[in-house]
Amino acid sequence: MQKGGFNFDLYQRNVELIEKNNYKVPKTTKTGTTIVGVVFSDGVVLGADTRATSGPIVADPNCEKIHRISDYIWCAGAGTAADTENTTGMISLQLELLSLSTGRSPRVRTALTLLKNFLFRYHGYISAALVLGGVDFTGPHLHMIHPHGSTSTLPYISMGSGSLAAMAVLETGYNSKMGEEDAKSLVHQAILSGILNDLGSGGNVDLCVIKHKSMEFFRNIDTTNSKRKFRKKLPYMFKSGSTKILEKQIKEKMEKMEIVNEKESQIEELEEL
Amino acid sequence: MQPKKKTLRPIVTGSSVLGIKYKDGVILASDTLGSYGSLARFRDIRRIVPITKHTVIGGTGEFSDFQEITKILRQKIIENQELVESGKEEDELLPSEIHSYLSRVLYGRRNKFNPLWNDVVVAGFEKGKVHMGTVDLWGSYFEDDIIATGYGTYFALPLMRKAYKKDMERDKALEVLRDCLTVLFYRDCRTINRYVFAEITKEGVNITDPVEIETKWEIADWQEGKL
Repeated sequence: MQKGGFNFDLYQRNVELIEKNNYKVPKTTKTGTTIVGVVFSDGVVLGADTRATSGPIVADPNCEKIHRISDYIWCAGAGTAADTENTTGMISLQLELLSLSTGRSPRVRTALTLLKNFLFRYHGYISAALVLGGVDFTGPHLHMIHPHGSTSTLPYISMGSGSLAAMAVLETGYNSKMGEEDAKSLVHQAILSGILNDLGSGGNVDLCVIKHKSMEFFRNIDTTNSKRKFRKKLPYMFKSGSTKILEKQIKEKMEKMEIVNEKESQIEELEEL
Repeated sequence: MQPKKKTLRPIVTGSSVLGIKYKDGVILASDTLGSYGSLARFRDIRRIVPITKHTVIGGTGEFSDFQEITKILRQKIIENQELVESGKEEDELLPSEIHSYLSRVLYGRRNKFNPLWNDVVVAGFEKGKVHMGTVDLWGSYFEDDIIATGYGTYFALPLMRKAYKKDMERDKALEVLRDCLTVLFYRDCRTINRYVFAEITKEGVNITDPVEIETKWEIADWQEGKL
């Protein structure tokens, strides 16, 4: 009896549906994406764009791709949006429980092991490409995790469809002696390079700076790409009292109830049973 | 049954060609590698060649097809020379005319399902201005101030787009090209650290001998977990 993993019982049926019944397979929402991570002198900086695509359409122009694994361990995700969100969510819960049972603050490499073991079991079918970064009591860590379960540990990482454009910026700008401001600026430029040059990435820039016992999340630090030129000037909220009241009717919601003897005896019958 | 007599897939290939306009002209750059799949087979080929005194072409893709294109264009130049000498044509062919002619040749071949498997950069000086553009194996014609082919489109173009300014200085243009070539050496498997630069100004064409560019490997010393 198969335990765990995927259940392929419906595979035959799905193949027939597509071939004979012209069934239209629904498109998965992907996070086209540019995600980036850089290690600097005091910690790590994670960056991401905010565009979620469904084929050639932008499904969400301002989604959050940097997920919380624990207070000082965060993870940016590329690939299928459902896979990245649920995988990071699950491992976050597992890590919390582990940390409570061991009585120790969680380590980045624990999250790494949990994630890679989970993804490997599914042989790449769970399409989650992750950039995991954080600072624990052993220092700053930055890892990349591929959908098949392989991992790399590097000082600078980029993943997603915009990773080539971002990597070009990282390769020219990275040096091992960077401080916080340099690292933030480099990550920002790398994400911007992805947003401008890759069609699967777009929207705003999100940044996350993690240092020892400190985390700063800069949501939408750069919105120059989503400033619409023409905006409706008036807001959609209307002051209370703007709409004229023509008629008022007040009805009692409930009639007063009377307790009848019949109902009491019914209850007694039930209690005997 | 007849055997297939057309290009099925590229065999000996060249990687990216980059081009950037600057104040006095244009500079093209490429490495000197002809890959045989994953083998670095021919380590000193010329993927940027002069066609006339004022025009240069650079090729990505199947190297034999690039040699064929060079032959076709040089033949066209000779034909045109004969017409000039007999008074039927005004002057030598302009870069934009060569570019246009090449796009028709490549489009014609694609229509016969037998393409010349290349992405060609055509650059030159005409009427006091620079002309630069590409044509690819599908026959797509494109002109711009910054050009990249092959993997250069993914790695070099974002960097060139950031750094490019109209009428930039020669040194700045060379610096941008060197940065892009270095990134390509780090991230494109089918490259080597040996490059040729071709500079075209109103004086003419100047193609350098192969040079090596320094690369940084300090991340080899990086240790995880150390602040």
